[in-house]
Amino acid sequence: MAKTVLTIDDSKAIRDMVNFTLTGVGYRVVEAENGLEGLAKLKSEPVSLVVVDLNMPVMNGFEFIRKARQEPKGSGVPILMLTTETKPEAKAEGKALGATGWLNKPFDAAMLVAVARKLAG
Amino acid sequence: MNPAAQSYIHEARDLLTQLEQMLLDLETEASPEAIDSVFRALHTLKGGGSMFGFPALSAFVHHFEDAFDRVREGKIGISKPLLDAALEGRDHVIALLDAGGDEAATAELVGSDQARRILAALEGAVAGAPPAVVRLARWEVSFRPSKGALRCGMRPDLLLAELRELGDCRVRCDVSDLPVLENLDPAQSHLGWVVELTTAQPRAAIESVFVFADDADPRIVALDQDEPPAAAAPVEMPSAETPATAASAPAAPARSAPRAQTMAGQDTVRVPSAKLDSILDQLGELVIAQARLNQTAARLGDSTLEGLVEEVHRLVTGLRDTTLSVRMLPIETVFGKFRRVVRDLSTELGKDVVLVTDGGETEIDKNVLDRLSEPLVHMIRNSADHGIESAADRVAAGKPAQGRVRLAASQDAGEIVIVIEDDGRGLDHDKIRRKAIDRGLLAADARPTEAALAQMIFAPGFSTADKVSSVSGRGVGMDAVLSAITGLRGTVEVTSRKGEGTRLTLRLPLSLAIIDGLLVRLGPDVFVLPLIAVEECVEFDVTELTRNSGRRMLRIREHLVPFVDLADALEGTVENDGRRRVVIVRAEGERMGLVVDDILGQHQTVIKPMSAYHADLDDFAGATILADGTVALILDVAMLLRRLGGTGISLAA
Repeated sequence: MAKTVLTIDDSKAIRDMVNFTLTGVGYRVVEAENGLEGLAKLKSEPVSLVVVDLNMPVMNGFEFIRKARQEPKGSGVPILMLTTETKPEAKAEGKALGATGWLNKPFDAAMLVAVARKLAG
Repeated sequence: MNPAAQSYIHEARDLLTQLEQMLLDLETEASPEAIDSVFRALHTLKGGGSMFGFPALSAFVHHFEDAFDRVREGKIGISKPLLDAALEGRDHVIALLDAGGDEAATAELVGSDQARRILAALEGAVAGAPPAVVRLARWEVSFRPSKGALRCGMRPDLLLAELRELGDCRVRCDVSDLPVLENLDPAQSHLGWVVELTTAQPRAAIESVFVFADDADPRIVALDQDEPPAAAAPVEMPSAETPATAASAPAAPARSAPRAQTMAGQDTVRVPSAKLDSILDQLGELVIAQARLNQTAARLGDSTLEGLVEEVHRLVTGLRDTTLSVRMLPIETVFGKFRRVVRDLSTELGKDVVLVTDGGETEIDKNVLDRLSEPLVHMIRNSADHGIESAADRVAAGKPAQGRVRLAASQDAGEIVIVIEDDGRGLDHDKIRRKAIDRGLLAADARPTEAALAQMIFAPGFSTADKVSSVSGRGVGMDAVLSAITGLRGTVEVTSRKGEGTRLTLRLPLSLAIIDGLLVRLGPDVFVLPLIAVEECVEFDVTELTRNSGRRMLRIREHLVPFVDLADALEGTVENDGRRRVVIVRAEGERMGLVVDDILGQHQTVIKPMSAYHADLDDFAGATILADGTVALILDVAMLLRRLGGTGISLAA
């Protein structure tokens, strides 16, 4: 069965891009517009990888990561931060909260695929 | 021929062009990626060939695919005979494509001695190839995820799988920290791993496995004494597996170059260039119509109309620029060809010559590019043949044994500048002088400047090589080059320093269809001078006149420049005897002043060729339609200068 990737981003364009890119190489992609929706999807879907934006309304990416790691189903799922943030502090904060790694926006489709394979298998 | 076969031929040609570059690249660096690209190109050629009705081509390519498959698998290494055979094989494949599926022609090619010779050479090369040099190294890679790492999404199993992809692994699991069962928290990590990895990959590839697992404390230790130096090992990773740069520069694309090329290929549309030509033709008409509209609007003085016209003007200008840019190709497409030319020449002449290129990304109109390739080959051949000395002579002169020919392109305002430069012996001015007198091109007592002498190499029938080699020296070269370049409305200049080398500088217009022109008035008539040929405009001052060896000269900042009255030259009429101006033009290394009644300004000129009836009017390069609808003739400055110079080539002052 195809592995499921959850993309959380308030930008539809980014969700579409992640969806298109990863669907193309055999993943199943589910989408959420903010951290809160993302948590709900994390609980209801068999997620193998989360690709999350940091700046979002309602619940931002940091908060999502923190909450996700407290969920039984969120523990152990690789979480990739997808961000325009280039400050090392922001990344360190995300890592401290339990993120697995990060990828800068704009990203390259081939790079995203490579990272997904690396993290989700 | 069916359209699919047609498009295969197009694709195959592109592929063969790339293949040539890849093979030449292999000569300098045989990275696994480069070998892989060659193999893939051959594979695609073969596959398409059998699908689209080129079975003979497919069968021929198969031999090479086979050979490179063995290279890829590390069974044999890259050698010069192998690359020689592959390059010749590539040329043969082009011949097969040219046969276009015609059975008789194909059969003849397949049975030809040439084909047999190439395949025999390939077979010999494969049999005699040195064993592949694979530098396997042993590494000890150890890592221990932190206790909370599993919760944060780390997957040690995936890390181990990735290490296995790099090479042979012997994995030991370190269970020393494992607590007794009653204390075990299954959500925590308690294990460490030590992997003995044997791989040809460099350290960077191993490091990239741990890009998202740096808190697993990975340690990588070379087990052999001599860790392969990073530079010698292929640094670029197959990107799909390992984003090697993700940790240090996450935004950097991990794609390798060939992949980028194929991706770009998917976004392009092939259009017959005749269609582009017709678009450009119509656009030319549009530019003219627009200029007339402009003038009409200005005359009517209606502000609404003027606003609209201005908008149309902006749109037309944009459309013109876009259309012109569609026809632009990077000059690299021909530069690539020259690497091969120089390589073959080096072998043929027994000289060690290397071609260095610069500015391959410079874009130039396709029509110009197509007609530029021949003359450039000639000039490069000349540089390598006549310019570069034998290795022994070079060493004796204190130069490196390897000769260098540099080919550089750049864009300078509205023109393309191409420089062909060698570090050879330079022009022998005495020899040129003697030869020119010999050939009756120069009076025995003439004392031309060195620059004028150098320019003589472009005279018809001129060649100073004592021996005629098969490469050049038949004296048909440089004058053909000059006329080709002039035909493109470009100029060539040659400069040289004895013992240091020769430099040819080509200046070409960006496009053949539209040029920037300078409008000048002579009596009631308006003429266009291509701006590329114009150096400056000055007031005509009778007191500055000087006479020098019978010619009228104008003093311009300490330099004497010969000048002629354009009215005399064209047998036109002068309207007023008052203030007149001089346009200093330059062509083929010569400067001359042209006296005109007035300078009207710059004009974007759409060039209309002259009709067959007027084809023998050498002074004019074409005609154009001005904004008011009148026709103006475009002056061919080079031809004009040659004619007015009187003695043909030698315009020396």
